[in-house]
Amino acid sequence: MLPVPWPLCPPGDAMTTTQAEFRAALLDPARAVPDGLTDPKGEPTSRRFAVYRNNVTVALIDALRTGFPVLCKLLGDQNFDQLARLFARAHPPTSPLMMHYGEALPAFLDDFEPLAHIAYLQDVARLELALRRAYHAADSTALDPARLGALAPDVLMQTRLHLSPAVQLVHSRWPIHDIWRYNTQADAPKPRGIAQPVLVTRAAFDPEPHALTLAQAAWLQAIVENAPLEKAVDAATAHDAEFDLGPLLTLLIQQNALTDISTPKD
Amino acid sequence: MLDATLTPPRLPAAPGVGYKAQHFADLREAPGPVKWLEVHAENYMGDGGRPHAQLRALREDFAISVHGVGLSIGGEGRLDPDHLGRLKHLVAWLEPASFSEHLAWSTHGAEFLDDLLPLPYTDATLTRVADHIDEVQEVLGRRMLLENPSSYLAFAESTWSETDFLAELVRRTGCGLLLDVNNVFISATNLDYTPQSYLDAYPLAAVGEIHVGGHDEDEDDHGAPLLIDSHGREAAEPVWALLDHALAGTGPAPVLVEWDNDVPNWPTLRAEAERAASALASVPAG
Amino acid sequence: MSKTMKSVAIIGAVAAAMTAHSATSAEAAGKEKCYGISLAGENDCAAGPGTTCAGTSTVDYQGNAWTLVDAGTCAEIELPAMADGTARQGSLEELDRDLPSA
Repeated sequence: MLPVPWPLCPPGDAMTTTQAEFRAALLDPARAVPDGLTDPKGEPTSRRFAVYRNNVTVALIDALRTGFPVLCKLLGDQNFDQLARLFARAHPPTSPLMMHYGEALPAFLDDFEPLAHIAYLQDVARLELALRRAYHAADSTALDPARLGALAPDVLMQTRLHLSPAVQLVHSRWPIHDIWRYNTQADAPKPRGIAQPVLVTRAAFDPEPHALTLAQAAWLQAIVENAPLEKAVDAATAHDAEFDLGPLLTLLIQQNALTDISTPKD
Repeated sequence: MLDATLTPPRLPAAPGVGYKAQHFADLREAPGPVKWLEVHAENYMGDGGRPHAQLRALREDFAISVHGVGLSIGGEGRLDPDHLGRLKHLVAWLEPASFSEHLAWSTHGAEFLDDLLPLPYTDATLTRVADHIDEVQEVLGRRMLLENPSSYLAFAESTWSETDFLAELVRRTGCGLLLDVNNVFISATNLDYTPQSYLDAYPLAAVGEIHVGGHDEDEDDHGAPLLIDSHGREAAEPVWALLDHALAGTGPAPVLVEWDNDVPNWPTLRAEAERAASALASVPAG
Repeated sequence: MSKTMKSVAIIGAVAAAMTAHSATSAEAAGKEKCYGISLAGENDCAAGPGTTCAGTSTVDYQGNAWTLVDAGTCAEIELPAMADGTARQGSLEELDRDLPSA
């Protein structure tokens, strides 16, 4: 046994291994192990390099599995792993914060021919990303609803609502809330054939998805874009003349999703 | 070289554990011998929510060690200024007792590879790593600890031993060291030297923290043992023996139990911390 | 809808919503409803399981390597074609049928 590790070769004689070569071989199993990597006898080694190949691939697949549990249930574990391996090799993380990994998955699914006929998958992936964003969003203080109630009618119409940073709106033509519930809750009913945009709120620390109607989603989209209340209601009534703001506004207050208001004179 | 007056309070010379959210309530109700917690820096770089709330609660009862896994100190490129900024922000509000990172790289260009990748030990890499450590210590305004990696292969181009490389980094930058005795055992087995000889050559006086953890066993192309740093089980007996050997040289030190995969229930993890406590109890005070 | 009717509707909605109470203010930092999201996207410094083939296997989804070895719950979800004309949607069985045979 050597008393301490290395050096194995006299200085200057050995092959060098750049990190670009190392990285290229990590994510491409068809590539040869880079030169200059050896076992303790100085012999080339593939199983030792395979440890790193495996670490990276397994870590990224695991991260996608835990980040997209509903997508994983929809496809089945082994199908999901194949998808995840392809995605991870094509789109390794672009940030050291693994909490955001997978942001490119919906677009990847959009172009992924073998699953193109299950059109709701990318919207489910977007919902799962939204839940994660809500979990890590900044904390905020809830609006005292009495401030809304104190406004004169004409002022109220022109008032803008400020949403908590945790609030996420996911548009979809598919019943993604039903699909999410069917895959996360025991005894949940089968998804219905309806369009279900989803609002994600975080009353304290746990994100919660809520199904919206198309009219509610149009109202919320207008609020996200900083429209005054009247304009937002116009956007909703364009979808549904009978639109009632009450239930959604109640939900937003219950979920601490409103943080502030600005009135025209502010 | 770092201004020594900036060095913050140290971790207690007691057992700590790698913090997992599922142990939040247990840690507050029945911490056993655990006096401090280690968290991975990147998991607290979101904007808020439960991760931050839990840390704010835990820092009331425990000293906190921030352990980075994404800075890529061994990388060929420059350190990511955005990531360094996030780290500075975390350290500023959390005021941890320690910050540590790895002698490894994980970022290449714009990509983050989510693994601790190895580097050769040469004059050129020594200069680069020392520059990176200088930059981190300057930005954070504090001394950092650098952890020895677990090695699965050797670089033909290396001209320094790992122990000399680490000692020279300490001399050049004033950083401290995080001695992972599980990594020492893994690297020694995988690269065919004795772990005791590594510790004998290692600059124990610079140690600010020690890690113990579990590993898996595999084989290389020729059937030689290949140990993997999986952190998925109890630490092996030879690793506990190495801890005793290391503590005999360092005196009482903060000892962390790492368990990241197949995380067990609290009593199982606490039993590992109790074993670390017994190892510490048999060390003569320094 | 007239401006007056709209105003009345908005005021009514606000009045109804004002009686709502935030239901979850006492939620504690430690009591997670589900660890799923908190575990998603954790960074750690552990290695994967050895030299298993996960890192070295290749996948050719155009060919027979993309085999549908186990079906997920999407096989149980039957949705009609959506109103926008999106015709094909369904289960993995359809996918299986669509793949070129080995």
